[in-house]
Amino acid sequence: MTAQPGEIAPDERPVNVKAAIDKMEALLGGHMAAYLDACVHCGQCAQACHFHEATQNPRYTPALKLQPMTRVYRRNMAPFSGLRKALGMAPEITEADLRDWEPLIFDTCTMCGRCTIVCPMAIDIASVVAATRQAFVAAGLGPPDLLQAADNARDKGSPLGVTPEVLEDRVEWLADDNEVEIALDKDKADVLLTVSSIEMMKYPDSVVAMAKLLNGAGVDWTLSSKGYEATNFGVLSGKGDVARIMVERIAAGAEAVGAKTVVVPECGHAYGVLRWSGANLLGRELPFEVLHITEYLAALKRQGKLKFKPYDAQAVTYHDPCQISRRGGATADARYLLEGFATDFREMTPTGNYNWCCGGGGGVQAMGSAADVRHEVFRIKMAQVEATGAPALVSACANCRLTMDESKKALAWDKELLSIVELLADNLDNPASDTPATD
Amino acid sequence: MIKFIEGPLWYVALTVFIVGVAWRLMALLTMKRPNDLSEARLPRGGAGGALKALVQHSIPHGGNLGRTLYHFLTGYMFHIGLFILVLFAAPHVEFIQKHLIGADIGWPKLPRWAFIIAAEAAFAGLILLYVHRLTDPVKKQLSDIDDHLGVWLTFIVMLTGCLALQEAHAGLRAFHMLSVEALLIYLPFSRLIHAFTFAFARARTGATYGRRGFTP
Repeated sequence: MTAQPGEIAPDERPVNVKAAIDKMEALLGGHMAAYLDACVHCGQCAQACHFHEATQNPRYTPALKLQPMTRVYRRNMAPFSGLRKALGMAPEITEADLRDWEPLIFDTCTMCGRCTIVCPMAIDIASVVAATRQAFVAAGLGPPDLLQAADNARDKGSPLGVTPEVLEDRVEWLADDNEVEIALDKDKADVLLTVSSIEMMKYPDSVVAMAKLLNGAGVDWTLSSKGYEATNFGVLSGKGDVARIMVERIAAGAEAVGAKTVVVPECGHAYGVLRWSGANLLGRELPFEVLHITEYLAALKRQGKLKFKPYDAQAVTYHDPCQISRRGGATADARYLLEGFATDFREMTPTGNYNWCCGGGGGVQAMGSAADVRHEVFRIKMAQVEATGAPALVSACANCRLTMDESKKALAWDKELLSIVELLADNLDNPASDTPATD
Repeated sequence: MIKFIEGPLWYVALTVFIVGVAWRLMALLTMKRPNDLSEARLPRGGAGGALKALVQHSIPHGGNLGRTLYHFLTGYMFHIGLFILVLFAAPHVEFIQKHLIGADIGWPKLPRWAFIIAAEAAFAGLILLYVHRLTDPVKKQLSDIDDHLGVWLTFIVMLTGCLALQEAHAGLRAFHMLSVEALLIYLPFSRLIHAFTFAFARARTGATYGRRGFTP
């Protein structure tokens, strides 16, 4: 890692080992201890990990990412830890250990959960990595760019600087430029739509597409300046306080307009966090349902509120974002949307819940230090797509899309990357599709 | 000496094993665990997922059979062979009757040819797994002293067991008993505890993700 002018070089950062240990002890519960007690070092997880498979570097073996927690558990918390300590069989973790593990915990784990499938013990390594990140951040470690993204989200409202004022400006610009109604801060609405700042700043057509689709289906929806940012870099970076703040904002936005449903845009981790961890971060059940945009559009299609002209321009394949499919359980809805629409749809192998990660999940996309290994990982996806013969790859996650766009450029790949909502909006067959529902 | 190994030391080892395993499992059960407040996609997805994961992770799934075939075959050869030997080898059945449950309760004993097949499968599986641990770059990086000790202790138990089969020499039987006792005492403190904790780990993952709609 190279330090920017005025920034402390990463290897000169002071490291608070005790803070890391304290955090791990605080997070270690019976659920995690069961995992740490079950690993037999069989190494099969390596064969399911894209970082290992792309590089054949044994250092990237997922089971190695359990080491920090295992060491703390065996020394300080597990039964017979006193005996182990007395016999010198449970050494204390050191600053050097933490620095050595840092790239494993951050740069080379997208928390995609693929290793869990192959593990004979079903160890959910991704969840242990997520907790371990919190300990590393407590110690003063973690990729500076990822941590900055989390701080931006806390201080400015989004990791890419989309403040409420910027949101208002961008919404006005997009609405005017595309002649589409984009509701912002309505008093009441059935549905609160959230956005990813990646979309807002890099793929604004995606926001326009969502507006067109929701308007076309006659949905009573709005964006809210109280809670609009769907991404949660607090979770990705291991900053628990930021994670909670981001969920609180969305909950406040939804409650202010009385929304019964919060729709998460094309973003995998945003869905995973709000849908499955939102209530836990908030400390109470969510007073609204959380749906990914593909789930919500699929429901509208089932109700006959959305119709599409067949897309026959080219063959397409679909990339499952890990946090929506494998770890989110919403695998079927994207396919339901493509069914009868993409006339030449081809599945990759493996696909669905077993699909390979794009290489940029878990915040790895935002880590400059991980760019090279991320591009290597993308070669797996390239091979998968090429095997289908489809010239275009559709996905439902702006983070995957950005990751794949960057790797496509770095590797001079010639396939097209598409967003499912943009593709659907471009082929919407509803009359008066730009007209929003009125209050 | 033989009397001590087959008498008091056996009961000490058995007690350490039972208390040690119980302690470790109780620790897992009594540690704090977060309450999941998210709304499940499937009403009984958690319980169903736990059961599914318990079964599903016994065999490679998700298109991973080809990648994990070596582990799958050698792992099953070792584990099935070992379980058959432990539970059905004639001297073991007789020993359990004599020391634990009495002669009134019993079950079929392995004929000699079946013992040989089970032993060969267990030995082949264990040796092949260990060769892989010593040569595979991933496993080499992962392995620590506990992994090696566990394998060697198990190997010695199996080897001395075969040597003692003829019961031609009381010393050989005592040596087998001694190695079994060492293994029983070592197990609760080691990674061999996976013989029990595998169920906890699988059930936990299955329960967590089953309620989301997909059990990995």
